[in-house]
Amino acid sequence: MATLIALALIFTELSLMAFGGGYAVLPEIQRRVVEVQHWVTPAEFSALFALAQAAPGPNMMIVPLIGWHVAGLPGLLVSSLAKFLPSSLITCLAVSVWERFRDRPWRAAVQAGLLPVTAGLVASSAVVITLASVTSLWLAVLTGVTAALSVFTRAHPVALLALGAVGGLVVSFV
Amino acid sequence: MDNPAAGSMQDLSPPSTRQIFAGFLGIGLMGFGGVLPLARRMLVEDKHWLSPQEFSDLLGLCQFLPGGNVINMSVAVGMKFRGWRGAFAGILGLTAVPTAFVIVLGVLYDRYSGDPHVQHVFAGLAAAAAGLLIGMAWKMLKPLLKKPAALLVVALLFAAIAIFRLPLILVMLVLAPFSVLLSWRSGR
Repeated sequence: MATLIALALIFTELSLMAFGGGYAVLPEIQRRVVEVQHWVTPAEFSALFALAQAAPGPNMMIVPLIGWHVAGLPGLLVSSLAKFLPSSLITCLAVSVWERFRDRPWRAAVQAGLLPVTAGLVASSAVVITLASVTSLWLAVLTGVTAALSVFTRAHPVALLALGAVGGLVVSFV
Repeated sequence: MDNPAAGSMQDLSPPSTRQIFAGFLGIGLMGFGGVLPLARRMLVEDKHWLSPQEFSDLLGLCQFLPGGNVINMSVAVGMKFRGWRGAFAGILGLTAVPTAFVIVLGVLYDRYSGDPHVQHVFAGLAAAAAGLLIGMAWKMLKPLLKKPAALLVVALLFAAIAIFRLPLILVMLVLAPFSVLLSWRSGR
């Protein structure tokens, strides 16, 4: 029960702060789940994140996956509700008042101001996940190649994840 | 493709709750990687629920609010046509298949994560996921490189979150208003 309450509190809080989408709160999810609660190790967290990235649909499926891993089906339901309900309620309310504030100058300023915040958080995500994932020279090469391919080609993210999985498997037989 | 006449005709008969569920279920089924382009194609080009202008407008709102863009979009579209029931149908449709997928992945992980070969596969997956994040971070940073004020915000956030691992809520309470203030002043 204490675990479920902790899941609910963590993901409700993060739901309301996820400006710019889920990747922005990834370092905080990692901090809470790994460093504060000690539910998983940094390497396990990276593996769960990577697995969730291989799922279809919206990109923050790590949240229900963490819930499932920590507390089974109740954990999955609690973490999903906590992560998606608060922000969805805000969206519902905002749809009805959007017409009134979409053309206000402060709206554009707030949106432009949140842009570097999101960029900084995604950069933090990249570093936190990279430090936890890259534990050998070979994995560093894999990360570098994936990053380069994602920037310079139109390769599909799932194809790049598959490349990583195959690369990892190859090393285990060497 | 974006025939305005077809769009306005469809406006006369808004989608039912069931249609909203089914529409977003399809996006959740197919959307490996980025779901936003798929959402646009479904909402604007295939079903004509939204005009291109309405889509851009709603996307602006969804990006402005906390939460994932596409999640917010499913809620906003459902709300627009069918109120609370529509909003629930939208998000439920979008997340149903991915959630089932995640349960399967979770079971597989719990069962096989002890196997040394599987551990190597997960290590490779994680390394690739890290690479994808680096690529995404680069794409977001690139347009900001010539804006010193924005770079200052990025650097402060990075130090607070990635280096000092401070709680996000404290960092956001200080740096989000600071960044908005900077953009407000430079905009005038």
